Amino acid sequence: MTGTTRTAIEAVWRIESAQLIGGLMRVVRDVGLAEDLAQEALVVALERWPETGIPDNPGAWLMATAKNRAIDQLRRRQMLDRKHGGLEAERLSLTPAASFEMEAAIDENVGDDLLRLILIACHPVLSTEARVALTLRLLGGLTTEEIARAFLVPEPTIAQRIVRAKRTLAEAQVPFEVPRGPDLSARLPSVLEVVYLVFNEGYAATRGDDWVRAELCEDALRLGRVLAGLVPDEAEVHGLVALMELQASRFRARVGPGGEPILLLDQDRSRWDQLLIRRGLAVLARAEALAHPLGPYTLQAAISACHARAWTGRETDWKRIVALYDALVELTHSPVVELNRAVAVSMAFGPAAGLELVDALVEEPALRAYHLLPSVRGDLLAKLGRTAEARTEFERAASLAQNGRERALLLARAEACETAGRS
Amino acid sequence: MRVMVIVKATKNSEEGAMPSEKLLADMGKFNEELVKAGIMLAADGLHPSSKGKRVRFSNGKKTVVDGPFTETKELVAGFWIWQVKSMDEAVEWIRRCPDPMPGEESEIELRPVFEAQDFGKEFTPELRAQETRLREEMKRRS
Repeated sequence: MTGTTRTAIEAVWRIESAQLIGGLMRVVRDVGLAEDLAQEALVVALERWPETGIPDNPGAWLMATAKNRAIDQLRRRQMLDRKHGGLEAERLSLTPAASFEMEAAIDENVGDDLLRLILIACHPVLSTEARVALTLRLLGGLTTEEIARAFLVPEPTIAQRIVRAKRTLAEAQVPFEVPRGPDLSARLPSVLEVVYLVFNEGYAATRGDDWVRAELCEDALRLGRVLAGLVPDEAEVHGLVALMELQASRFRARVGPGGEPILLLDQDRSRWDQLLIRRGLAVLARAEALAHPLGPYTLQAAISACHARAWTGRETDWKRIVALYDALVELTHSPVVELNRAVAVSMAFGPAAGLELVDALVEEPALRAYHLLPSVRGDLLAKLGRTAEARTEFERAASLAQNGRERALLLARAEACETAGRS
Repeated sequence: MRVMVIVKATKNSEEGAMPSEKLLADMGKFNEELVKAGIMLAADGLHPSSKGKRVRFSNGKKTVVDGPFTETKELVAGFWIWQVKSMDEAVEWIRRCPDPMPGEESEIELRPVFEAQDFGKEFTPELRAQETRLREEMKRRS
């Protein structure tokens, strides 16, 4: 096959890059160097493959090419080292035997290589922003430009974040061994946080021309599924994948034709993606079987599943949702979660019961500027026929809302209260 | 994006020949790779068309036609649903797929699945109004 296009080579890169970088990193023990070597191999492929066609095993080809570059570099550095008596080769952990070791090491336990790469990219020593950029670049195979477009920041900003992250990792001399058991579990929250953050960034994209951002949801789902395959005994990884599959199942239904957000209970459930719901429920079952007790992602997925199982809002098992929120409040102690729980209580046991809980949250400092508190309160008051109070709450909520569309919606509800009050 | 990957039927598959143990093992390994890469959403194989039926629509009339159907090469023997970045990526995965019908000539067809953004211009105001009505109706009923 000749005349291979650039896009076909990019597709190979997308499939192979993470394993390639992961395999190289195990040997050279430096994430920056591993990526440079992999990139150099890609450049060679871009030169040669249009003539020769894509080789039968492109992954092995790229690895062999990168390996040769590594050995060349090693020899150069050793020569320099001998000349200057320096420590350059030591910094790279490349002993004279390393080239042999490299031969042996390649193709050995690819899963560990990937896991190591994920754990390094999401290392707690890095800022969340840096972890996100590095993960998308090293594991997602995204270019710096693609990451920048998705996160609506200039490309040099992302490039710098990545350079700095690599430097931080080198300076901190983070261990390259893949932790096991409880040590592995302890490292996962910082990975799951990154994956979910990428997902939410994509989920927040509402307009059609935002498709680059919306693709982040797919990137996150893919990362999550890969991770679930690498650490199949970790309940929360499955919990997060379930949560993402279930949320993604509503992607088509959650925005109106004009770009306005449609609330869960108002969504056209026939537009929910049944394939993703089925997948989400299956993964959730797996998480629930592994977890004791259920962790925060699994709980959120279980709540999401209650909605996914109901064909109409009325059929929703609100009592179960309340019980799940009870557990989530217990775990997170988050006032925002408590507010959500109050809404569930109002659906399960009536607006008065919900209002009682919301009233207890009014003094909560963390919610003082949170527009959803007065918005929920207004909604419950309106349901109880206390329209004048409801109106004040909606107006207050509107004054706190950051989003123009939401503000307009809240003002319209305030107005509706006035009309209802007069009649 | 999502891609439907369609394995076309052959004379053998239509005759109900079961895949060899080797093919099953190779295919299992390939499927495992797809799952590990996080791209596999669904996969299934189909019985021969002799067990299938067709319903023909013509001027408001519906006629049920029993299999088997003759145009073997156009029939579907199995499918995957993948989530990939591009059609090129899907093609690259297919290059790694074991020959699904060893000993025979066969084809795998790749078709992108419609996504919400593909509907941009065709999502007319009338359709939108219908959507809104539907939503209100569901809201009223719930």
